[in-house]
Amino acid sequence: MSMVAEQRELRDDALNGLQLSTRLENIWRTPSGFFGALASVDHKVVGRRYIVTAFAFLLLGGLLAVLMRVQLAGPENTFLSADKYNQIFTMHGSTMMFLFAVPVMEAFAVYLVPLMVGTRNIAFPRLNAFSYWMFLFGGCFLWISFMLNVGPDVGWFAYVPLSSLQYTPTKRPDVWAQMITFTEVAALAVAVEIVVTVFKQRAPGMTLDRIPLFVWAMLVTSFLVMFAMPSIMVASTSLILDRLVNTRFYDSSSGGHPLLWQHLFWFFGHPEVYIIFIPGTGMVSAILATFTRRPVVGYPVVILSLIATGFLSFGLWVHHMFVTGLPQLGAGLFTASSMLIAVPSGLQIFCWLATLWDGRPVYRTPLLFVIGFIVIFVIGGLSGVMVASVPIDTQVHDTYFVVAHFHYVLIGGAVFPLIGAVYYWFPKIAGRMLSERLGLWHFWLAFVGFNVAFFPMHILGLIGMPRRVYTYTADMDWAHLNLLSSAGAAIFALSFALLLVNVIYSLRSGALAGDNPWDASTLEWATTSPPPPQNFDRIPIVKHRDPLWFHNESLPVVAGLSVERREVLLTSLAEAEPQIREASPDPSIWPLLTAIATTVFFIGSIFTPWAVLWGTPPMAVALIGWFWPTGSKEDEE
Amino acid sequence: MRQTIVRNVAELPTYGYGPRSGPWWGAMGFMALEGMGFAIAIGAYLYLYAVNPNWPIGAAPPDLWPGTAETIVYLLSIIPNEMTNRVAHRQDLAKVRIGLIVMSLIGIALLVLRGFEFAHLNTRWDNSAYGSIVWLILGLHTTHLATDVGDTVVLAVLMFTRHAKPRRFSDVTDNVFYWNFVVLAWLPLYVLLDWVPRL
Repeated sequence: MSMVAEQRELRDDALNGLQLSTRLENIWRTPSGFFGALASVDHKVVGRRYIVTAFAFLLLGGLLAVLMRVQLAGPENTFLSADKYNQIFTMHGSTMMFLFAVPVMEAFAVYLVPLMVGTRNIAFPRLNAFSYWMFLFGGCFLWISFMLNVGPDVGWFAYVPLSSLQYTPTKRPDVWAQMITFTEVAALAVAVEIVVTVFKQRAPGMTLDRIPLFVWAMLVTSFLVMFAMPSIMVASTSLILDRLVNTRFYDSSSGGHPLLWQHLFWFFGHPEVYIIFIPGTGMVSAILATFTRRPVVGYPVVILSLIATGFLSFGLWVHHMFVTGLPQLGAGLFTASSMLIAVPSGLQIFCWLATLWDGRPVYRTPLLFVIGFIVIFVIGGLSGVMVASVPIDTQVHDTYFVVAHFHYVLIGGAVFPLIGAVYYWFPKIAGRMLSERLGLWHFWLAFVGFNVAFFPMHILGLIGMPRRVYTYTADMDWAHLNLLSSAGAAIFALSFALLLVNVIYSLRSGALAGDNPWDASTLEWATTSPPPPQNFDRIPIVKHRDPLWFHNESLPVVAGLSVERREVLLTSLAEAEPQIREASPDPSIWPLLTAIATTVFFIGSIFTPWAVLWGTPPMAVALIGWFWPTGSKEDEE
Repeated sequence: MRQTIVRNVAELPTYGYGPRSGPWWGAMGFMALEGMGFAIAIGAYLYLYAVNPNWPIGAAPPDLWPGTAETIVYLLSIIPNEMTNRVAHRQDLAKVRIGLIVMSLIGIALLVLRGFEFAHLNTRWDNSAYGSIVWLILGLHTTHLATDVGDTVVLAVLMFTRHAKPRRFSDVTDNVFYWNFVVLAWLPLYVLLDWVPRL
């Protein structure tokens, strides 16, 4: 390294205490003011925005669910028209899957993974900021379109031929398809950042078998995103092309095939379920260890299960297509693989049960939500094994049985752990505890409300109620169970209102959290709550899987990093041996400008193919602005 | 929490090459997901090929010469690409500049050839599903190629400015690495587009 700047820069081994913190804070903080905020590349700032935005979409998606339950509460209800109902169930599914479930999990990873692996910022922080803006703009695009009565109405899967130009000559399916492109770009960017952060920015000594389980879960999820999302991008692009420039991908009169859409969609759509569920398992493992006061039983088993689930999730997609007339061999194969994936999930459940059994459980709100998760998810898993079988699936396909099944899996498997995670990590993010009393109410209302809302749907499905109908006649005998389900939905919705109240109340007057209120073992609890811009004054050295339990007196740390410029420590992939003091980018407005240029390009290109021509130069300019060195110290070594 | 300094990393370098560096892994990540995009597109092609009794549908196979010429240029481009890699590792600025200019010119030549290839596909995107998938795949790879050429040109310009500092050599090696992927991704597409319709 002959050309490394020779002059001696100030390093953190020359400073201590407050002097060190102040200096690092000045280097790493987000600039003040409105434009400063827009230029932020701090993973905590971006992560917080991501979390709040995703929860705002949860609220919107939840309100749509409430509207649907009002409509279905009684027979021949006229509260919603058929057309509105079509838009609303499509918007509900699309919002929950693309604007809430996946982004919220990635949002938690953006906030927590750098802290948990002991580094100062995520890898590619500007890409991270870009990702957030793309997610925000894509979500706003969908919802503004909906407000303008151009909300998609073809289901969250947009099957052709219904979504083709011939049967839906409006722009509604294009809005859906391009919203997909926005959110997939955002998700892919975060996936690459997480992979590189986990591979290269772990604190020294955090070998592969010392990585926290939540981080492992997010690593596996990121790989799933990288290999599943390209499929839906090819799908949504080809749909837009069919509708805009008359390509023939899905036109059976010109050699196209509607089932190609289903293959492309579900090749993404099934891993998608695990993209949502696997982070949930990571949250469960983190919460369980803390509240049972012992490490999760079977650390390697849990990790291998996560990886096995990841691989198997790519071999199941055809079970969404059992009624399309598949060859019998194909149906048999995909039944087998669908049942097989229950094995790694089951292994994890037994590991968690063993942890509970062997530990000393402290029943605070996060743990209650984890136990709620185990109960609900097991029920959803069992109905999953049922619909994996072709004869049963053929009977209940497109009925409320399936609606019940996937809400048990997704709300049980992801939302319950997520809410537990909110109670668990809120003190770290906000510096204050959420109210335990409101939390208890929240849990019981959510648990009871959820089951009352969704269990009756199993029965409704079995007695023949199809999905996606805006009303039904009184002589079908579905009224009582639907009313019960709607009552449960109201209770469930109320429980979320309680969470909102709890968050607003606690932000102002919750008890101060301190660094480590739960006496947890992972590194995010080794810094203040909320963490300072630099996360850690000195990078920790990890010698144990549960560093804060092992080093309860004094934490071993690294010195020698710059206090004149943003620097992160890169370590080797397997052993996490320090290798490079790498510069980390300064705040920049260019990611926002690039996202705006990309938004113009994306929205323009559902109206005219020429958008590709006039939309590209602004994007190119913005990207060059982004990557061109600014002459700051970071860039010039 | 109290802290004990047990190690000093002041002597570590501030940039590195290959798997030691962060951007190299970022490039790997993007290659993985773009590679997956190509794999999915190939899957869609083969699906349509399997469900249609006639292939290509209502068109002659693409003329061979543009794709073949491209393939030859791609394969030969590995040589100057690898030379650029070596001089970048040696931090030889003058030779890196030459390497980047050569690679930019090769990229531009390939974009021109790509224009001919579109013109000689012998089908339009709206003729049939065959035309659609062929245009989609070639379009995908063209985007891929154009992005990398743009990146190479910007990097070449950068190396003529005052920003041509040592850490930029690491960026050059990452660009070289990515070019190999552009070449690698093309080979199966060439076989698919130009030879499968002749089966």
